[in-house]
Amino acid sequence: MTEELIKPYGDTLNDGIVQLTFTLPVENSPRAKKAAEAYVAQLNFENISVASAEKIAENFTMFVVYARAIPAIDYSEIEAVEVKTEFMDFYTINDLIKDKANRKLNVVGATIGTDAHTVGIDAIMNMKGYNMDYGLERYPEINALNMGAQVTSEDMMEKALEMEADAILVSQTVTQKDAHIRNFTEFMELLEAENIRHRFIVIAGGPRITNELAVELGYDAGFGPGTLPSHVASYIVNTHLKRKGK
Amino acid sequence: MANIPLDMEQIARVKQYAGEIADQVQNLIQQNSSVCVERAILRLYGVDGVNESKTPLPNRLVEILQENGSLPSGVSRAFAAAMLESGRDPQTTAELIEQGKIDFGKTDTGKFSPGAIREKESELAKNAVDTLDKSRKNKKEKQEQFSVPPQPWRYMIVATGNIYEDRTQAAAAAMAGSDIIAVIRSTAQSLLDYVPYGATTEGFGGTFATQENFAIMRKALDKASEENKRYIRLVNYASGLCMAEIAACAAIEDLDMLLNDSMYGILFRDINMKRTFIDQYFSRLICSRAKIIINTGEDNYLTTFDAVESAYTVTASQLINEAMGKNALLTDDLLGLGHAFEINPKKENAFLMELAHAQLARQLFPDAPLKYMPPTKYKKTDIFYSHCMDTMFNLASVTTGQGIHLAGILTEAIHTPLMQDRFQALSGIDYVFNIAKDLGSEIEFKKEGVIAKRAQQVLNEAEAFLADLKEGGLMSGISAGKFADIKRTEEGGKGLTGVFEKDPAYSNPIMALLEEEGVIHD
Repeated sequence: MTEELIKPYGDTLNDGIVQLTFTLPVENSPRAKKAAEAYVAQLNFENISVASAEKIAENFTMFVVYARAIPAIDYSEIEAVEVKTEFMDFYTINDLIKDKANRKLNVVGATIGTDAHTVGIDAIMNMKGYNMDYGLERYPEINALNMGAQVTSEDMMEKALEMEADAILVSQTVTQKDAHIRNFTEFMELLEAENIRHRFIVIAGGPRITNELAVELGYDAGFGPGTLPSHVASYIVNTHLKRKGK
Repeated sequence: MANIPLDMEQIARVKQYAGEIADQVQNLIQQNSSVCVERAILRLYGVDGVNESKTPLPNRLVEILQENGSLPSGVSRAFAAAMLESGRDPQTTAELIEQGKIDFGKTDTGKFSPGAIREKESELAKNAVDTLDKSRKNKKEKQEQFSVPPQPWRYMIVATGNIYEDRTQAAAAAMAGSDIIAVIRSTAQSLLDYVPYGATTEGFGGTFATQENFAIMRKALDKASEENKRYIRLVNYASGLCMAEIAACAAIEDLDMLLNDSMYGILFRDINMKRTFIDQYFSRLICSRAKIIINTGEDNYLTTFDAVESAYTVTASQLINEAMGKNALLTDDLLGLGHAFEINPKKENAFLMELAHAQLARQLFPDAPLKYMPPTKYKKTDIFYSHCMDTMFNLASVTTGQGIHLAGILTEAIHTPLMQDRFQALSGIDYVFNIAKDLGSEIEFKKEGVIAKRAQQVLNEAEAFLADLKEGGLMSGISAGKFADIKRTEEGGKGLTGVFEKDPAYSNPIMALLEEEGVIHD
């Protein structure tokens, strides 16, 4: 593969311009600005310009800095695990389920653990959906059950078994000290311990989720910020049909 | 202030409907009590602390009465009898009961006359109400000493999980311009049927609400008030299974505001409606006496459902919350009724509709410090875009004269705020509040214009909704999923086992005293 070196782009190819915002635990002063500049130099930048330095609290200064990044990266060597699925709209998805699956698909979703935030799972599942894209509850060909927040891993697994779910949506919104990773892992370990992992399409979702992270945690797919209900529904129906060999 | 022409008769009508709906619930409240109400009585009598297995003593004492079947008479009389038996202070008496050294719950042993017990109860209740009065006076003194900033008040959250770290963050936020600091609770706490004890340093997405944590933060904010020469208010959260108890703890430690909304607990936390309506009433009576501003959670309807289609549920719920608040002696200045700026930004003229909603709330509750929530649902991980959204929210807030302005944070969709995120939010607010300070009193809304028509439409929808709701009552309305499509039954949800019917011997002399003395005007 041919090498393809790239750098951040400001207004000229390979100028390497990056904007940084950070806070240092010191009083604002010429010395503090010097420290910010020196610190950014250590991060491997040059042509550093401290555009703004402002006291934001007793002994804390916030900086806005522009600088040119020194390293370049070879884009030809970068690989990412993307959710490989064709995104379809509400009507196409329902038609596809009707024509090929020969039955409605069952989907259960919840925010697990102590996280009380349902904004993510609601956006995907609730009737009204998100950003003019209908939620899964509105799909005539999907039986969708939104269990809400603070659901234990055990309860979620039991519900998935009871309704013979085809797909399980696990959501985590508030993440403090990486609690979301622990919760995702706990749920997956539970499915594996019960030897039922293979029965479901298991999907992780939330603002801090990438597909890569989800796959690493043993999930089939991960959906992050900006995901629409139809994205998730497309993935579920495509994966379901593929697994059934249809 | 600019006005949308609204029919005063229609406003009177919707308020009357809401009043009827609130009164229907009041019957349930008069006939029943709950474990939470009883524990709150004990806390106000002076019982605190935990036993060896970390169970709070108020919980332990109420459990003893449950076990021996005497809870329907309430905890007050039994505790007064125990006080006479011990001859000690309330805390020591509670410890003796916990250790099994006092036979708790037996008031008819003949040892003490009913008159002597009643007298002890009156003394305890009077001390309890004195505690609430003291809190009200303390706050008033500090407000006079440090001055109160003009509304909208800038409301900022801290949420590290560690109360000592929260203290540092709160001091920084106060310096950067916050008028109100809210310590976000650990996410599971609304479902705990007890109030955790002591200072805490671990939490999930927030910091536990404990009386000691309240005290630590109040002390830090008193210092910040002094340094910044303006009174900084402290907020915490009562909604959940401990509404009355948290109100008691908050009053003891001089908190200024509490999230206090049964409707939120029922719909969004699946708390049993009977339980939480009973708890809410006593909780709000405590708030009224101690002058704690309640905040209600109508904004949540809009994070879950469409902010245009569901706008009338916000208005209807505000009206019901106002009526229930008035039944619990809350005055207008204590009604932080909630709403939010959550319309899809892709909708053309969304800002005009936001102005209509905010202005409608302003005109329906002209003297209430309305709680206005920033956009969250359509916040992006593109922080620059999010900062723009917050700027428009700030403009809507200052133009329509909102009371409690929750700061929108540019990293809302990413993480709990960093120190610099708070600073940026506050400088955005300062900027807009300053340059548009008197915009609201300079402009007029066009008759038959988009804004006026929209406000009228929401009011009409709210009226139709309330007219329908009052026929079957609030509880059957909730059961039928009339609020935000969420169905909660009268017998479902968490906490119903903690509700009991009062027997003829029941007494709650704090409640009786608060009701009898009514609203206090200092």
